[in-house]
Amino acid sequence: MSASGEVVGAILILLGAVFSLISAIGIIRLPDVYTRSHAASKSSTLGVLCALVGTLLYFLISEGYFSIRLILGIFFVFLTAPVAAHVICRAAYRHCVPLAEGTVEDELREYYQPDEDFEGEDQIQAQGNETENPAQAPLQMNHMS
Amino acid sequence: MIFNTILILALVLLLAAILFNLYRVVKGPSSADRVQALDSVGINLIASIAVYSVLLHTHAFFDLILLIGILSFIGTVAFARFMERGAVIERKR
Repeated sequence: MSASGEVVGAILILLGAVFSLISAIGIIRLPDVYTRSHAASKSSTLGVLCALVGTLLYFLISEGYFSIRLILGIFFVFLTAPVAAHVICRAAYRHCVPLAEGTVEDELREYYQPDEDFEGEDQIQAQGNETENPAQAPLQMNHMS
Repeated sequence: MIFNTILILALVLLLAAILFNLYRVVKGPSSADRVQALDSVGINLIASIAVYSVLLHTHAFFDLILLIGILSFIGTVAFARFMERGAVIERKR
């Protein structure tokens, strides 16, 4: 009974540690803030979830102890780690941190610097019908904030 | 015996991950890199505490997992707000 718990716990914990190490290697090697955030958020979240689920299953199988605090920790990490990565990336983009060398297209640029050599939908609509300008201004403010 | 060896190996891997993240904290060109790497250090610390509590056969540290998760998230969001708007808590206008 105790041996199966040890096997499950060892496999999940080792998998989680390897995923965390892969995430850290990605943080060192990738060229950009955004790609680094990609590596940091996804694989690190998966690694910590594997380690926490391994801990939970080990204590559940070997001792019969079901920890509701560990469930809450798993849920909270699963919920907040991508949100934290999103907030950091948005702050970096609004701080004008440059993208990597090989970047082909930057689709967010038309939202954040709309008046800089850009001929897109926003300017065409703004020139076309003046009456819809007050209706469009709050929409654009929503994009900005 | 093999189980304890696997747990210590996992702790060593997590330590290596934290050290790589600290390298990025020291070297990172922008402040967003540093905040991201510190958030990742917090997440790796959660995993390390879980593995260490398995190693010690105790469940006294599970509060600490939840606490570090909440503190890491709040710190990251506060620093991101500071980087975006120049203030963490804005006044009403």
